[in-house]
Amino acid sequence: MRQIRSFLTITAAAGVFAAAATAGAQTYPTGTDPRDALASGRLDAGVAAKGMSLVSFTTKPAQFDTARGLTFANSDLAFGGDYVYQGNFAGFTIWDVRDAAHPKIVSVIKCTTSQGDPSIYGTLLFISAEGNGNRKDCGSGGVQKPEDHMAGVRIFDVSDPANPRFVMNVETCKGSHTHTIVPHPKKKDVIYLYVSGSQAARPNTELAGCVNGDDPADESNSLFRLDVIRVPLDHPERSTVVTGARIFTGLDAAPRAAGRPARGRPAPTAPGAAPAPPPAPTGPRNCHDVTVYPERHLLAGACGSYGLLVDIRNPEKPVRLSAVADTNFSLWHTAVFSNDGRKVVFTDEWGGGTSPMCQKSSMMEMGGNTTVTISDDRKFTQHAYFKIPSAQTAQENCVSHNGGLIPVPGRDLMAQGWYQGGVNVIDFTDADHPFEVGYFDRGSIDPSPLGADVPVTPAPATPPAGGRARGTIGGSWGAYYFNGYIYSSEIDRGFDVLELKPTDQLSANEIAAARLVRFENYNPQSQPRLVWPAAFPVVRSYLDQLVRNQGLAAARTTAIDQALTAAEAMSGRDRRRALTALAAEVDKDVAGAKDAARVRTMAAEIRRLAAASR
Amino acid sequence: MLQRISRPTAPRTTAAVLFAALALACAPRATVQSAASPVADAAPAAHDMSSMAGGHAGHTMTGLDAPVTIPPGALFVEADVRFMQGMIAHHAQAIYMSRLAEAHRANPRLQRFAIKIDQSQTTEIHQMQGWLRANGQFVPDTSSYHTVMMPGMLTPEQIAQLDGANGPDFDRAFLVLMIQHHEGALMMVKDLFATPRAGQDVDVSVFANDVVAVQTAEIGLMRQMISSIPQGRP
Repeated sequence: MRQIRSFLTITAAAGVFAAAATAGAQTYPTGTDPRDALASGRLDAGVAAKGMSLVSFTTKPAQFDTARGLTFANSDLAFGGDYVYQGNFAGFTIWDVRDAAHPKIVSVIKCTTSQGDPSIYGTLLFISAEGNGNRKDCGSGGVQKPEDHMAGVRIFDVSDPANPRFVMNVETCKGSHTHTIVPHPKKKDVIYLYVSGSQAARPNTELAGCVNGDDPADESNSLFRLDVIRVPLDHPERSTVVTGARIFTGLDAAPRAAGRPARGRPAPTAPGAAPAPPPAPTGPRNCHDVTVYPERHLLAGACGSYGLLVDIRNPEKPVRLSAVADTNFSLWHTAVFSNDGRKVVFTDEWGGGTSPMCQKSSMMEMGGNTTVTISDDRKFTQHAYFKIPSAQTAQENCVSHNGGLIPVPGRDLMAQGWYQGGVNVIDFTDADHPFEVGYFDRGSIDPSPLGADVPVTPAPATPPAGGRARGTIGGSWGAYYFNGYIYSSEIDRGFDVLELKPTDQLSANEIAAARLVRFENYNPQSQPRLVWPAAFPVVRSYLDQLVRNQGLAAARTTAIDQALTAAEAMSGRDRRRALTALAAEVDKDVAGAKDAARVRTMAAEIRRLAAASR
Repeated sequence: MLQRISRPTAPRTTAAVLFAALALACAPRATVQSAASPVADAAPAAHDMSSMAGGHAGHTMTGLDAPVTIPPGALFVEADVRFMQGMIAHHAQAIYMSRLAEAHRANPRLQRFAIKIDQSQTTEIHQMQGWLRANGQFVPDTSSYHTVMMPGMLTPEQIAQLDGANGPDFDRAFLVLMIQHHEGALMMVKDLFATPRAGQDVDVSVFANDVVAVQTAEIGLMRQMISSIPQGRP
């Protein structure tokens, strides 16, 4: 386990300036990691795992089976009931995962749509479309006439998963690299899609009303806004682009050191000094994606050079609350809230996901995660960095990518995909000390050329045999916990289902407690609040954590464990009485405990369990 | 075969090492097939850049004028190929600039930022070369930046200005010139997407959009860094 200890106790306003200075030179830990030097291979690569195991691996459907660059790459996942929806640059796959050991393909829809990130709401499937080659009719072969070009969100009806039905294309000015579902705060029959588009605004000849303007505050400017689509669930064919969310306005001046000019021309210091900086807006005009936490009316935007905190009480008029920037981040890429909404993990997609940025020599404070806390007045403070602690090869595209929470009570745990860096589980309970709990990793798809570590030298025009000739893009696009399993979208190889395994860092009780949290739909960028039922594994999770962190004297944790075991053997009123008595005992432990807060929470959980016993 | 050079050494070279490398660079230019590394390319002194004067005119384009043949069924067009070829030269110059940072006593934060540009664009050059190779096109190496002038690239005078500065003066020159350089890259992408039928190949489209996202973000950071440079003489 490794943390980068750069305690950035700076405020968001000073973030840009303090970050790099406090982060010292970080190196990969010495010693061997089982992930180092795994054998390469597309379908037979070496595997290393800790704290999780592979339940099943299923190759791509034949329709998408190619290793040719990004074409036909798998993208993100969405979850609904018994099905997992897997996007692909050329369509999507619906998996039946009732038997996690044998996922079955229910349908494969071919529809050229980079990058094809999906989300599901009820029976509607939404697919992001960007890129100049996408056609309204889903066909391949490219766009011959500009009016055939489709960029925005495609809507499908998947009430019959075996026969998805196309509903409509909703076109947006900047296309849709990703999108996020935001439920209407009151109306059950309306949802919004926040659309992150990575392109410039499309020409008027393609889509009327689009404007590439310079002024972020200008309402007619399509460039500096998040597009918003309103979807009436009863009539999805009437979905429309309703407004633009101007969360970037004024951002070019936001995160600067106190007392310094926002931008400004430095005085020349000598003849021949550098010319004045060119004037232009500098703030972002797009988020790679945004994560919403509807329960708390909050949005965390991963927006190029900034991480943003936004109030979405009115989904059509979101208001920016805070912004943080960091020269150590290349491209703020995605965000995950802690369940209490007080923390955010941001990822940095340095190298765009197609480059090997987890090599021994790659900077540790780049291309990983950063933890940020949210204060009472809803401002960001940046804390620490985290990057996978195993050096990947030059053959492995690797950088921090998508993930989501694992519902272990009392801890902030997340699963995350790192492309060919594999999948891992990170504990970010302490924002200053995120650490790795487990991982699953395969060797590179392509064989290693002559043991070269860092690809400084451009490959010659004729590549050596076995060299980085293909540079296949692969690995985990995203890894997400859903109803008991971690699902990972393997870009090139297919579809992985993983299971958590107990270790000294994660107990069987914690894993059992996580399994008690069930969702019908799950879209990782629209975070549901995790709620645990009153249950023994939940109480025991807290107890295990107190044992692990020595938050309570060993004699007491042993006694509580025995009392819980005794109570569990009882039923009805006896169980209730025993648990109520135990809760009263645990109340008394609070005072002398090192981790008093956790003991208090455990007492409350025991009471809740008592109340549920009848 | 691949020349193995540990990447971090270049930005951390002392001035003496850098000058030693400069001398090496006076050796005849690497040919396209010899896979000159950006490290070796990072070495030439300002006077060596004079060959860039005039951009395309009167100079070999290290093969960039090689004909482009589009195979049947391909989604890419000539503009995509030219974009990928030209961007290699563009990136190579950014790497050259970045590798001056340490020897010219840039502030530590700028040095880290320069390493980031170096590492990022080195791998992107590999990507572009991989794409060109996979599609049967001419693959320029990094030496192409001596002879190819793309939007935003530094003139010999600007290179001389950068190479002649130290400390805060270097920081300022670097940031101003790298902003200019990045904005040129954005222009190249804009031109690409404005070309009919171009940018439809998924790999080209993803790459070009990444260039925009990353370099736009970096321009913002560089503007912020400019405002933090100490005013007046150190």
